[in-house]
Amino acid sequence: MEIFTPIYSYLPYLYGAAVLLPLASFFTILIAAAKLRKAAAAVATFAIGSACALSFVALLAWLSVHYTPGHDSSPGHDSSPEHGNAHASTGDEHPHTDRPEVREQGDSPTAEVASSSDGRRADPQHTTETHAPHAAAAPAALSGTAWVLGRFGQREVTISYYIDALTVVMFCMVTLIATCIHCYAMGYMHDELHPITDHEVTLSDGRHLTRPGRFPRFFQYLSLFCFSMLGLVLAGNIAMVFVFWELVGACSYFLIGFYVERKSASNAANKAFIVNRVGDFGMIIGLMALWTSLGTFSFGDIDADGDGRKEPGIFSQVRSEANHFALATPDGMVRLGAQQQLATVAREHYTQPNMLQIMETQFPSQIGSLRESGAGYWLLVVAGIGIFCGCVGKSAQFPLHVWLPDAMEGPTPVSALVHSATMVAAGVYLVGRFFPVFAPEVLLVIAVTGCITLFLAATIAITANDIKRVLAYSTVSQLGYMMLALGVGGWLAGMMHLITHAFFKSLLFMCSGSVIHAVHTNDMRKMGGLLKKMPVTAITMLIGCLAIAGVGVPFLIGFSGYYSKDMILEQAYSLSLTNPGNALASLFFVMALGGASITAFYMFRMWFMTFVGEPRDAHAYDHAHESPPIMYLPLVLLAVLAIAVAWEPVMIGYAVIPAGILIWQSSKRGWFAAIRSPNGGHASHDDHAGSHGGATHQAGGGHHAADDQHGHGSIPSRVEHHDHGHAAHPGEGPLPWTLRGVVGMIVIAVVGGTLIAAILPRDLLSGLALKNLLEQARPAGTAADAVGKWVQWTWPNEHTAHEEANHARIVVPVTLFATGTWVLGIGLATAMYGRRYLNAEDVRRQFSPIYRLLINKWWFDELYDWLFVRPTHVVARVAAGVDRSWIDGLLHAIAAAAKSVSVFWDKLADRTIVDGAANLTAHWTHSVGLALRQVQTGKLRQYVMFIVVGALALFILISFFWNSTLAR
Amino acid sequence: MDLLTQPVSVSHYMVVGAMLFVCGVICMATKRNALGVLMGIELVLNGANLNFVAFGSRILRNDSLGMDGQLMALFVIVLAAAEAAVALAIALNFYNNHASIDVDQADDLKG
Repeated sequence: MEIFTPIYSYLPYLYGAAVLLPLASFFTILIAAAKLRKAAAAVATFAIGSACALSFVALLAWLSVHYTPGHDSSPGHDSSPEHGNAHASTGDEHPHTDRPEVREQGDSPTAEVASSSDGRRADPQHTTETHAPHAAAAPAALSGTAWVLGRFGQREVTISYYIDALTVVMFCMVTLIATCIHCYAMGYMHDELHPITDHEVTLSDGRHLTRPGRFPRFFQYLSLFCFSMLGLVLAGNIAMVFVFWELVGACSYFLIGFYVERKSASNAANKAFIVNRVGDFGMIIGLMALWTSLGTFSFGDIDADGDGRKEPGIFSQVRSEANHFALATPDGMVRLGAQQQLATVAREHYTQPNMLQIMETQFPSQIGSLRESGAGYWLLVVAGIGIFCGCVGKSAQFPLHVWLPDAMEGPTPVSALVHSATMVAAGVYLVGRFFPVFAPEVLLVIAVTGCITLFLAATIAITANDIKRVLAYSTVSQLGYMMLALGVGGWLAGMMHLITHAFFKSLLFMCSGSVIHAVHTNDMRKMGGLLKKMPVTAITMLIGCLAIAGVGVPFLIGFSGYYSKDMILEQAYSLSLTNPGNALASLFFVMALGGASITAFYMFRMWFMTFVGEPRDAHAYDHAHESPPIMYLPLVLLAVLAIAVAWEPVMIGYAVIPAGILIWQSSKRGWFAAIRSPNGGHASHDDHAGSHGGATHQAGGGHHAADDQHGHGSIPSRVEHHDHGHAAHPGEGPLPWTLRGVVGMIVIAVVGGTLIAAILPRDLLSGLALKNLLEQARPAGTAADAVGKWVQWTWPNEHTAHEEANHARIVVPVTLFATGTWVLGIGLATAMYGRRYLNAEDVRRQFSPIYRLLINKWWFDELYDWLFVRPTHVVARVAAGVDRSWIDGLLHAIAAAAKSVSVFWDKLADRTIVDGAANLTAHWTHSVGLALRQVQTGKLRQYVMFIVVGALALFILISFFWNSTLAR
Repeated sequence: MDLLTQPVSVSHYMVVGAMLFVCGVICMATKRNALGVLMGIELVLNGANLNFVAFGSRILRNDSLGMDGQLMALFVIVLAAAEAAVALAIALNFYNNHASIDVDQADDLKG
């Protein structure tokens, strides 16, 4: 591990390269799209794959320096590891011999002397530490400036970075998912290599639009998006975050409107961008509040005015080390808020010439009392709410949630990458990053918003019939969950859920894309019974649904969603216990439970409707087939991560053993032959994916001829007529495992996994767990309880719920409740859609008013249409009318006046004067010439006479006028 | 009328020269025949010759040979001859074009 230590000092460069590689790919594809064609995908995938490799190298480098091993505790219990981790992290913060501009924050007074990385491991005496030192800990972070854009006196705007454990984890997650999506998109967007007939666009003469394919452009936009997202994660100041925020929004606009000729798609793109802008309006207000009061945008401490000293950044100003990292209104805000008091002081001293100096000396003595009286606190709240407004827009929280379901108009890889795992997570990431700056009142607002969102979206998802809409509303609901988690004080819970959600949600979207690719429809009412036809997709989607429902064996083991959801519920419960009798605080917990239950219900409704039961549309069913390996291999990888990303490393046995058994069994039944003959065997599928949507099939013609011949027989005959002339596809067809085999595999996995977990050193490896990795980035001061100033609530710190003392009080009931939610949800879904004991139609009729409310999405779109869109149209029409009649009229009048002036002037000056003068001159010349012409008679004798007469005249003249004195 | 009583001097020569000149000019101006015009030119030149001779003679300057005027007159005669040759060539060409040497018919340069 130590070999990675020298790389640590180059971490900023590593991340800078990871951010810029996709940008380079963007420009490459932009310039050379016509030449690259299919290779554009390879360029983009190579770029993001390299960024992924760099991110993991950076992770190893980070771990080599900041490893925080845990302590002995049973699985599912997370009490002591946090003690040890948090305390060990205080030992991390003595400065390393890095390059001068890199600095880590927070030298805690309780820092250990040991400076080598070995000395930090496994300190047994920390098991009995109290929480007091934890409160005085700032996360280890590298912050520095890459480029100064402008200096304004004491302040500057820079391109800077801020790298802590959260950045490291986010980079790994984003790049890994992006790489999987790039591979997946290579198969999914295969149609775009040929001209496409778009059956959703009808031209004016009734035909469907035929357009050339846009394959390279898709990867160009994906690369730009990856660059923007990674830049956002790396950003070290909030202004840079804002720039990348907008860039991510622009990329989302491009990608949603990829099928730009479709009115629905271009409307959806507009809607997404405009709704995001509404949120960004609030964000700018927050930015303004921060800039004017704090004088800096930077998160960490950087040297702003070039004097060699580091000025405190936003985090240090709001939670200063001297104050034990407790939240306090920073000096700048107190100053701004206390204008009245300052004005009084100024008035007392205004006659004196050094009034400003007097005020400056008086102010620091008064600042404490001013802060106590609450001066400037409102600015802190405004800044927090402003920044949160941006997150409301970006993460589709209520009331700006309306854009995300419509954003499903984009191709499915876009939905998987942008609108489930990364861009919408950017809002949650920013709340997590900016967490130390949020006042408790702001946290309350966040929690309320999250709570409303999660419930609202979950209810709408129950009735949605489009498979992608279900997932979109699910995303909105889960984002609400994350906001709720952050709002109730659960920083680690929210971030954990962000990471686990990214994996299983992108998995779910990609599976849905695989289904859509196969049956060419989004409507779940036309699906059914696809389990046998698309087993890989079905199983991975099942894994995703289990993960999102938080399924697990209580207190033992579970899918990734189980851990993160449990943490959220524990923190919500802890909040309600800490504020007893407060209805709103209890409401958060109840809503979270309700939301979890509804989530489980609608996810399994979706799964059952798609994969189980009788096929509802024979045509769609017949054409269904498993996706090519380039599409289903990322699914498998993400499924593995959806199961195991939140596990402790010692539980690796539980994943490796079943994976090994599955691979062995599958290859024994010939499942991997399909991989050895990659896209060649599947080209026909892509071809008739392109020409589908109606009647004619071209390249896959043989397939459908066979279809007609065989008819709809039993499963074996369907398997047969997939062999259309080329290699057989053993990957399509019945599952390669039997039920007995699967049960046996589970038993072996449990036994073997437990053995391995007992053998491996739990303490040593626990630092690799996601939870402990994120714990390193816990914002300063959040390990202590928070108390609101205006709202008399107490936010318990996250460690409270996991203390030994509270185990029976908090963890046990919450875990049981959580288990109850998924049992209830999945049970109801099975009853209604799996086994069909209850009829969904009857339920719908019974609750028809509620059903109408939900199917119309609570009428939000109509509400916004009437409130905002129609008035805007009216105003626009009025403005257009004014433009046409008055402004255009004015312009026409000016033009006519100029024209008449010019006509008049032309007549007067040009024609009369100038032309007249010229003509007159010519006329005179002519007449003189005519006159002189008379002289030239051509008669010789006359000329002689002229000579004679002339000479005579000359003689006479000279004789008269010649001065006789000169002649002498 | 003093000229009629005084001894012969430059003035007498000049008068004769002037009379020749005037006759020549009248001949040039009034003759319709081109050759007549040429004759007039000869007269004019000879009148000028007399003037030269008069002014270059010993009558005016005693210390010279009195031949300067004669020499100039010789030049002028040579020039007159040359010019007559050229003029006759012109007249010949004119006759070839117009079949006449009436100068009144030479109005091709009429403007």
